Amino acid sequence: MNTSPSRQNVFLRFFRRLASPKYFYDFAGVWIPWLGTLALLLFLIALYGGLLITPPDYQQGDSVRIMYVHVPSAWMSLFIYVFMFFNAIISLIWRIKLSDIMANVSAPIGAAFTFLALFTGAMWGKPMWGAYWVWDARLTSEAILLFLYAGIIALNFAIEDRQTAAKATAILIIVGVVNIPIIHYSVEWWNTLHQGPTITKLDKPSITMDMLWPLLVMTLAFKFYFFTNLLMRARLELIRREKQSQWVNELLR
Amino acid sequence: MNPTALLQATNLTCERGDRQLFADLSFALEPGEMLQIEGPNGSGKTSLLRILCGLLKANDGNVFWQNDSIDTQRGDYLAQIHYSGHLHGIKLELSPTENLVFASALHGGEPWLSIESALDRVELYGFEDEPAATLSAGQRRRIGLAKMLVSKSRLWILDEPFSTLDTSGTKILEELIEMHLNEGGCAVMASHSRHGIERDRVQLLKLMA
Amino acid sequence: MRASLALLKRDLLLTFRNPGLIVNPLLFYLLVVTLVPLGVGANQQILQDIAPGIIWLAALLATLLALDSLFRNDLHDGSLEQLALSPTPFAMLTGIKILVHWLITGLPLILLSPLFATLFSLSADATGVLAITLLLGTPVLSAVGAIGAALTVSIRNSGALLALIVLPLYVPILIFAAGAVSAAQAGLPVTGQLYFLAALLVLSVTLAPIATSAALKINL
Repeated sequence: MNTSPSRQNVFLRFFRRLASPKYFYDFAGVWIPWLGTLALLLFLIALYGGLLITPPDYQQGDSVRIMYVHVPSAWMSLFIYVFMFFNAIISLIWRIKLSDIMANVSAPIGAAFTFLALFTGAMWGKPMWGAYWVWDARLTSEAILLFLYAGIIALNFAIEDRQTAAKATAILIIVGVVNIPIIHYSVEWWNTLHQGPTITKLDKPSITMDMLWPLLVMTLAFKFYFFTNLLMRARLELIRREKQSQWVNELLR
Repeated sequence: MNPTALLQATNLTCERGDRQLFADLSFALEPGEMLQIEGPNGSGKTSLLRILCGLLKANDGNVFWQNDSIDTQRGDYLAQIHYSGHLHGIKLELSPTENLVFASALHGGEPWLSIESALDRVELYGFEDEPAATLSAGQRRRIGLAKMLVSKSRLWILDEPFSTLDTSGTKILEELIEMHLNEGGCAVMASHSRHGIERDRVQLLKLMA
Repeated sequence: MRASLALLKRDLLLTFRNPGLIVNPLLFYLLVVTLVPLGVGANQQILQDIAPGIIWLAALLATLLALDSLFRNDLHDGSLEQLALSPTPFAMLTGIKILVHWLITGLPLILLSPLFATLFSLSADATGVLAITLLLGTPVLSAVGAIGAALTVSIRNSGALLALIVLPLYVPILIFAAGAVSAAQAGLPVTGQLYFLAALLVLSVTLAPIATSAALKINL
């Protein structure tokens, strides 16, 4: 029965401690500068690679460089939603305060990345399709994702009681996760049925190595940026919620 | 733990927002006993009642019904309690009789009194088929009293039950509670009012703001 | 079981005492459908092409109208508390509320669908498919919409918020249902879309009451 109680306890103890507000606040404070620096460094490397080193596309010319922002932000928009989903589950089942803070403060960042993906998509669309917006399956799904994010943020703001708001938002996030694949699939199907005037070529057909590495580095940079921003927002929200507690009073004194 | 207790609470703690309403609160009620909760507004009376009926989760502590946690026997527990909150769950578009038919079906279990005699007992006879919207506030409140009678519950959880009742309504409610306690039931009541229920059956609990 | 039947009976009785609950969304629906030709012109061909989309879009909006009050009245008069404290599982009673919403808003649309088909001169095939898509799709609208209604039940003036939360979740239904009617109009097979709608129906009818009751409990 008790095969590895000690190891389990080490993990549990780590998470329990991390979940305690005071400990998390200090923990995040230590990590934020490091993560932020790393994000900035990777961002500069990726930008240098994407803008200066990689060759222009033989068809699209320099406009292909929008990809280095567009594709990573589209990935982030989904990554953050999944991140919110796991935090929502944890907060509903184990009632860990920190998880619902994480889920709630992620939403605006996720919405921002979704917006960035849409905006760069439109910028890229102009040279490629001759129009800023076409009803391409990926763009349309991304637009609906933006609405899902907007709904989550709006619900969170509309409910006054913080605990109720957190729980309601968590449920909406989970409902959204069930729906995202269905929405994505149905939009894809809708798109093939109503084949538009242009051919969708936003998805990279085959990408060469020297174009791939800035893309991956940029993705990493975005991830680190996300975690930096997440920890900063989480610290702020934590102080706001715990403003009555002793440790916050000591901190602010 | 008190093995003969019907309802028992141990070390209840409740926080709302970032405020602690009460902590480490324990009590035990034996059959025929009533707990009266007093305290200023915002002291957590309603929260305590809601924890006792499982609408709200305590941040710490447990509630036991016949020595089992209420969380492990939720359906059975709910079949044995009657909760009457600030709102009485009465549909104004429906008549007292229709309201009671629904209430008794919703609660399930065996009836204590028939719907006619329940309405008679709370002196609403003659109004049984009027829409509740045409009745006075006090009369609607009496539909709420009649609800306690149409299905048999061993535990009554009552939030300010005397408010909006007139003298004769108050007297009826006192008699109903005494009858309920005499039959071996329990009651938990949040109330400031003086009432005529026998003092030695009442445990008093004072909450601080 | 007894409690569920009693709730069904009570809610239907309440609806019949307040017939506006049924009639107003229907009139709204008819109005929207009537306004479209006034906006896009009376060209028979264009109207025929966009009819499936319009009919379904109007159905989404009409469903939304009645959603807002689905749980709110029960919350404000304390009935919701009583439902949550019934020995009958709360998710089951929530399912009954969803069923009532569908009986009030979904069913009349199905019964009226031949009329809409006539207004836009849809083919006989497309008329039949329209009725089937409404039969499969409107319960999903009620079920998924109930989650949104439950989440926003304690928020004042939540109409726009409810629409913002619920409408993106309606996208798959809109695509497959309107797509099926268009396909039938063009003489193409529609079984794929109908299977997909049926799958969504099963999924939402089983999961939505659980999510809805969970959402209601946090607002009690």
